[in-house]
Amino acid sequence: MADIFTTIYHWLFNLITGLGASEGLATGIIQFLGAFAIANFALLILVFNIWFERKVIARMQDRIGPNRVGPWGIFQTVADLAKLLSKEIIIPDGADLIPFMFAPVLAVGSVILIWAVVPFAKSAIGTDVSIGALYFVAAGSLGIMAILLAGWSSNNKYALLGAFRAVAMLVSYEVPIILTLLIPVLLTGSMRMNSIVDAQRIWYFFGVPLAAIIFWIGSVAEVGRTPFDLLEAESEIVAGYHIEYSGFAFAMFYAAEWAHGFAICALMATLFFGGWRGPGVDQFPTLGAFYFITKTFLIYFFQTWTRATLPRVRIDQVMNFCWKFLVPLSLLLLILTVVVDKVVALSGAIPAYLSTQSFAAMLPRTIVLLTVNLVVGGAALLWIARAGRVERERRAVQMAAIESGAAQQAGK
Amino acid sequence: MSEWTFIALLFIISMTFPAVPIVAGRVIGPRKPNPLKNSVYECGVETVGDTWVQFKVQYYLFALVFLVFDIEVVFMFPWAVAYNQLPLYGVISGVVFVILLAEALIYAWRKGVLEWV
Repeated sequence: MADIFTTIYHWLFNLITGLGASEGLATGIIQFLGAFAIANFALLILVFNIWFERKVIARMQDRIGPNRVGPWGIFQTVADLAKLLSKEIIIPDGADLIPFMFAPVLAVGSVILIWAVVPFAKSAIGTDVSIGALYFVAAGSLGIMAILLAGWSSNNKYALLGAFRAVAMLVSYEVPIILTLLIPVLLTGSMRMNSIVDAQRIWYFFGVPLAAIIFWIGSVAEVGRTPFDLLEAESEIVAGYHIEYSGFAFAMFYAAEWAHGFAICALMATLFFGGWRGPGVDQFPTLGAFYFITKTFLIYFFQTWTRATLPRVRIDQVMNFCWKFLVPLSLLLLILTVVVDKVVALSGAIPAYLSTQSFAAMLPRTIVLLTVNLVVGGAALLWIARAGRVERERRAVQMAAIESGAAQQAGK
Repeated sequence: MSEWTFIALLFIISMTFPAVPIVAGRVIGPRKPNPLKNSVYECGVETVGDTWVQFKVQYYLFALVFLVFDIEVVFMFPWAVAYNQLPLYGVISGVVFVILLAEALIYAWRKGVLEWV
């Protein structure tokens, strides 16, 4: 029972080869079953997540949330999905049928693809490809194409405009994500997800918190979660790119957004919070899955908390924030991190600087990186506070001029 | 090769999984099209003008700047993987590459490319 995943693998392998199949076919069948299990997990955990988020947001808003359907309302999501299944999928006049039907499939498919490289435990990962870190960014980008397909094929100019805005925002926020993704990769020296987790005897969050925060902000924007949910701001632009979708096609977009939200929590846990690492995993690898799920759900709770608390931001604020703050900050952080880290490593002042063998061995490097991150983060906060103050004073002057009837409003 | 077999299988499964309930929805669900229901939504009024509106070029500019940074980071990944074994001049050359691209960002910024529509 210590390493349940390897045990199951060997049992299945012996079972299938015992039935007369060749070894390659046995591996193929087990991989197929594993892929099936992961796809199921990604979609079924959604049922729990939607209930969890509705209850948590409700409690934060001083109300109860769904509590009628099943004890504590746990079957609410099932009821909702059953209802959506029974609704008509209305196809608008003049809509392009094939992209219209393919877009929700692609949206959900791209999220399931992300789960192929997420390590649940040391021996439980879909496939430990040598470019794991780059793969999940690429897989997530497929979902962006789905949005454009949906907007274009709906034959609705507002859906199209919504899709343009959405794609512009999502594509912009990929840049801070991939820039800060470089940092765990360079600290580990490998893009394999299992290697990145393996090397985190001290979690990377404690070494590079600013990179983790920028990665998190970028990922939340990538998914389209509050405060960045302007893509489908229900109260403002009706539903953006999926105005014309109803019934289960809409449910698939809905599911894709929530599943993606959970997937980024899993990725954050893997890259910055040590994934399946925790006390006792060396003796009992199965415990790794438990740690991983716990960390993912804690981060998911934090995401829900953010959603319940923060208001929505405007599209131009979003784009300015990305290109004029996050991207320069990520570049600056990257440059300073590598220069300081390499200078300290090569100066030989600290022996075994690059080792990842034990907690104590990783401590000097963590402290050096933490110092760089805190300095850059502090400078960034001071700069943005000053920029905010300057902007507020400029607006106050502008409002005073308007109120005195002297100036004509420039319009913003 | 077998590393990627899993992803090929997952790709097939992940495209089939959402397709099944959508097809089921089309089969099980009611199908009562009427002209009003199928008309395109425009906040309750008749649609005005062509659907496929002109593509504002600012969206294209954002995508272009994203492309520059994306390709830059793709080039940086091998550098990052080899980072721990690099001597100082290797790191400095990587940093110079990043600075050149930061310069491109500053140029785009000053040119007004990054202003929202």
